[in-house]
Amino acid sequence: MEECLLEINHLKSYFFTRKGVSPAVDDVSLRVPRGKIVGIVGESGCGKSMTAKSVMDLLKYPGRIAGGTILLEGRDLTKLGSRERRKIRGEDISMIFQEPMTSLNPVVKVGKQVREAILVHQKVDRTEAKNRVLEVFRQVGISEPEKRYECYPHELSGGLRQRVMIAMAMVCKPKLLIADEPTTALDVTIEAQILKLIKELCKNSGMSCLLISHNLGVIAQMCDYVYVMYAGKIVEQGDVFTLFDHPAHPYTKGLLASIIRLDEQRERLSTIPGVVPNLMHLPKGCAFCNRCPESSARCETERPELYELREGHASRCFGSLESEASHE
Amino acid sequence: MAKNIGRRVLQTLLVLFCVSLAIFILLRIVPGDAITTMMGEHADAETIARLTAEMDLDKPFYVQFWTYLKDICTGNFGTSYTLHKPVTELLAAAFPNTVKLALIAAAIAWMIGILCGVVAAVTKDGILDRLFMGFSLFGVSIPVFMVAMVLQYLIAYRLGWVSISGVEKWTGFILPAVALGWNSAGSIARLTRSTLVEVLQEDYIDTAKAKGLGRPAVIFLHALRNAMLPVITMMALQISSLLSGAVITETIFSINGIGRLAVDAITSRDIPLLQGTVLFTTVIVILGNLVADCLYTVLDPRIRKGA
Repeated sequence: MEECLLEINHLKSYFFTRKGVSPAVDDVSLRVPRGKIVGIVGESGCGKSMTAKSVMDLLKYPGRIAGGTILLEGRDLTKLGSRERRKIRGEDISMIFQEPMTSLNPVVKVGKQVREAILVHQKVDRTEAKNRVLEVFRQVGISEPEKRYECYPHELSGGLRQRVMIAMAMVCKPKLLIADEPTTALDVTIEAQILKLIKELCKNSGMSCLLISHNLGVIAQMCDYVYVMYAGKIVEQGDVFTLFDHPAHPYTKGLLASIIRLDEQRERLSTIPGVVPNLMHLPKGCAFCNRCPESSARCETERPELYELREGHASRCFGSLESEASHE
Repeated sequence: MAKNIGRRVLQTLLVLFCVSLAIFILLRIVPGDAITTMMGEHADAETIARLTAEMDLDKPFYVQFWTYLKDICTGNFGTSYTLHKPVTELLAAAFPNTVKLALIAAAIAWMIGILCGVVAAVTKDGILDRLFMGFSLFGVSIPVFMVAMVLQYLIAYRLGWVSISGVEKWTGFILPAVALGWNSAGSIARLTRSTLVEVLQEDYIDTAKAKGLGRPAVIFLHALRNAMLPVITMMALQISSLLSGAVITETIFSINGIGRLAVDAITSRDIPLLQGTVLFTTVIVILGNLVADCLYTVLDPRIRKGA
């Protein structure tokens, strides 16, 4: 087994609202090996961003971590004080966000915003820090870095802003990069460039990456290992080839079936019927059973565990467990 | 930039022209005339006729207005009917007191207002938030004269810490400044809180936190600068209204300022003096707005580059 950089065990991040507790992340365990890209995929509201924010300690009130551990190189982040957490943020783990348009402070020059990340963590003078920023700008493919350094966010295009965000994330050479839907707000050609850039940076620097996306195409192209989330839980996990070639959970199958393919003639786009259940009123059994084409009576009354089907491939479904057993 | 300034100057001149025209017309509509004001009720017909001719009051309206415009362009605002001094001189004598009062009031109000607003925003829904916001509601809703009288009674009369009225000593400014700044502090606190609460929800605040910045740095370097944009506009408007004469405060604490001058001018139907004070305060308000706009462009690069 590869060396594990980030290990999340039984993480529970809940929203404690007046109307009740909403389990946005419920008993999630995942591992990010060193130097690998691990993906979390799922539809909006399934808890993927909450998982990332739990790692970064960026949960907003009334959300907070209610249980579980987050180990970075064996150190439990949930046990650290806020000062120590802050040291890790930006230096060991950094994050890029979905919306490059709103993720940069509109009234501060972008160069300064990136430089700030260095100045917080390292004892270097401003000129030295600026040179480092320019170097990273070149690395992430920002042309004319000196000129861009003096720009305000509104003077840059979406793609350039996301490159600035990546530069900000990379500038302290973190061990783990969390990319929360990094290309969702960008158009397709820019998306491809940004994804290629992230992949290259990971390869060249040995950095790990936790990539969050709702786009299976992006996941397939980028990741070594994939976790599929649904209603706050991981429903399937496996390496990228197994997952795409032999999906076990009906939800994963549904997601894969709803991808548009150019080499296929289809009358209608296939979709997963229904909507994600309200997290505060989850069904008694499997959370997916009311939308599942393969559900049985057992699914409605009993909650499935995450069953390991093969080494590294697991599915939270009675059906996939049974079909696996019948194969053997 | 030059084009902007040019447009701004033209706008200002137009506003000034309209205001002077309006005040000129209004003062000629209201009952009571200049001669009676000057001479008292027992002036004889001959004197009235002589003075009317001397002061061009028998000329048509537009001729009078034209003379007035020509005079103010050369800095001549006329002579006060009641105080028998040039209006410019009276304004120059009253303005320093108003400036001192306004600046002290603004300093007190803004410091307290911003501080309360920031604390309330970062402890949103907490005890301090509720306490400060309740206090600021108190601030915006109690009228100035009420605050002034309560302060006079408690601090000056009962405790005897400062004098009740007059500004011979600098301590005389404290009570009027607090009374005058009271409302401003309340509205600044409320505005600061609401914009800061909004800004703290922005994505770039998460980015700043994700960088590893501490809470004070996130609030003061990233959030407050964005949150201050609307607050600064409000401050500029406040300072211009404070400078254009705190009518009630100056009267209650007998401070010889612009506000009191205006009140005196109104009660004695002193037309040149009233015209002078109104025009003067108009200029101040316009300048205040101009300063607000300039500050805006300094603080917000999106406006600076015309995006």
